[in-house]
Amino acid sequence: MLPAKTGLGFKPEHFPAIIETQPDLGFFEVHAENYMNAGGMPHAMLERLRENYAISVHGVGLSIGGPDPLDEPHLTRLKALCDRYQPESFSEHLAWASHGGTWMHDLLPLPYTAETLDIVCDHIDRLQEVLGRKILLENPATYLTFAQSDIPETVFLAQIAQRTGCGLLLDVNNVFVSCVNHRSDPRAYLDAFAMHAVGEIHLAGHDSEELPSGPLLIDSHGKAVSEPVWALFGEIVSKFGPIPSLVEWDNDVPDFATLFAEAHRAAQRLEDTRHALAS
Amino acid sequence: MPSHLEFARSFQTALGSDHLPLGAQAGDPTEIAQRFNVYRNNVAYGLSRALARQFPAVERLVGTDCFAGVAQIFIEHHPPRSPNLTDWGVEFPEFLASLETLSTLPYLRDVARIEWARSRAYHACDAKPSSSERLKSLAQHHSICLHASVQVLNLATPAGSIWASQQPGGPAPPAPENWLPETVLIARRGVASMITELIPPEIACFLQQILARQTLATACAKAGPDFDLTEALVLLIRNDLITDINDGRMK
Repeated sequence: MLPAKTGLGFKPEHFPAIIETQPDLGFFEVHAENYMNAGGMPHAMLERLRENYAISVHGVGLSIGGPDPLDEPHLTRLKALCDRYQPESFSEHLAWASHGGTWMHDLLPLPYTAETLDIVCDHIDRLQEVLGRKILLENPATYLTFAQSDIPETVFLAQIAQRTGCGLLLDVNNVFVSCVNHRSDPRAYLDAFAMHAVGEIHLAGHDSEELPSGPLLIDSHGKAVSEPVWALFGEIVSKFGPIPSLVEWDNDVPDFATLFAEAHRAAQRLEDTRHALAS
Repeated sequence: MPSHLEFARSFQTALGSDHLPLGAQAGDPTEIAQRFNVYRNNVAYGLSRALARQFPAVERLVGTDCFAGVAQIFIEHHPPRSPNLTDWGVEFPEFLASLETLSTLPYLRDVARIEWARSRAYHACDAKPSSSERLKSLAQHHSICLHASVQVLNLATPAGSIWASQQPGGPAPPAPENWLPETVLIARRGVASMITELIPPEIACFLQQILARQTLATACAKAGPDFDLTEALVLLIRNDLITDINDGRMK
């Protein structure tokens, strides 16, 4: 389990600053697919980080929500990575990214039906069997919905957690992005979310475009966390207490001081909650 | 209701066409195509940037716009097969050579070969160099194990010099009237230090024999009369590229 503190997505360009300053952070999160090769700098850096910090391995490559069987060679690589670093957490996405042997390199949306629920649960069963651990599954940011969907996303995720025993990774930015895009209420979404299963929170920035009907938010991970997302995060932790919380910033990555300031803001929220709970 | 397989097929087809995936909907139906474009753009841009990370000097040589166009065609013909994107792009050098529009840049294929080899070297398995004690025991009948990152490229063009010219603070590229074939050593010293070095053809020949697990004596003989064994060993030892010595029999 990750400590109920804030973490940061690890960027190799920040490695010297991290080693020099040893920032007070609960954990670093790395994308599994950046550590699939045999040696060199990626592993040297991760080994060094591992000495001082809890590690969360976050996969983007398994295509859990796709119709094809899971990529067994990729499962083997994930298992080797988890065996090597013994991360405190492993998480993946409710999305798909490959089909027919072609990798599309994006987190693609799926309809929520009885059929896809069975597929996703089978895939998570297989993943958890291979890794020998429970995983966390992240809610997606979406831009479209599908006519064939007949299960709400929150119910779909809750049923996955119930059937497979996996935990959930609540990406608050994804909640906000999806709810704005689908003109629904993020607080109603959060009220329906299976909070008892949440093992980690993600926070990130988004971009915005204008459509005739209103804004279309894009989950870009390229800027600071937006104020509405901070507000939702504050409400969640004041209601449910401190939860391991990660700030992601994957594009137009700023210097480490800027990123650390974002993590510090999240840490303040967790501290405020601790004090409120204690008093 | 479409099966999930039918849905995924339709989604994948729609990414590369004007179609939309089965069942796609939005509160305002006139916005469906624009919303789906987010996925189209993410996939095209994400893959194009992943290819550019593998071949940054090629991108600098042809320009960002041209690279994006070339990448789009390459992705159609050779899409990645694995989420491990560093394994993607082995066909890119030959693909570049096949493009009529880039025939004015005859060195592009070789620059791409250098970058592919550098990517292999960057991620190659770690190994400790042989101790100086062990190196002292080296004899003619021994063969040498080199670090897994070591690769030797025989290039028909001066692509090594052109690649170097594209690095920050790099030298000017050679003028076309001075173009000569080049041989290049690509390797990694320790975990971080990348080596991309022009080497004499006789050292390249020697290293290729060593990589084929020939004995020192055989490799020296094949390398020809101009070959300087001391120079070759200094190159290898200085860069920590000898990881073991064995007695000449194939393991």
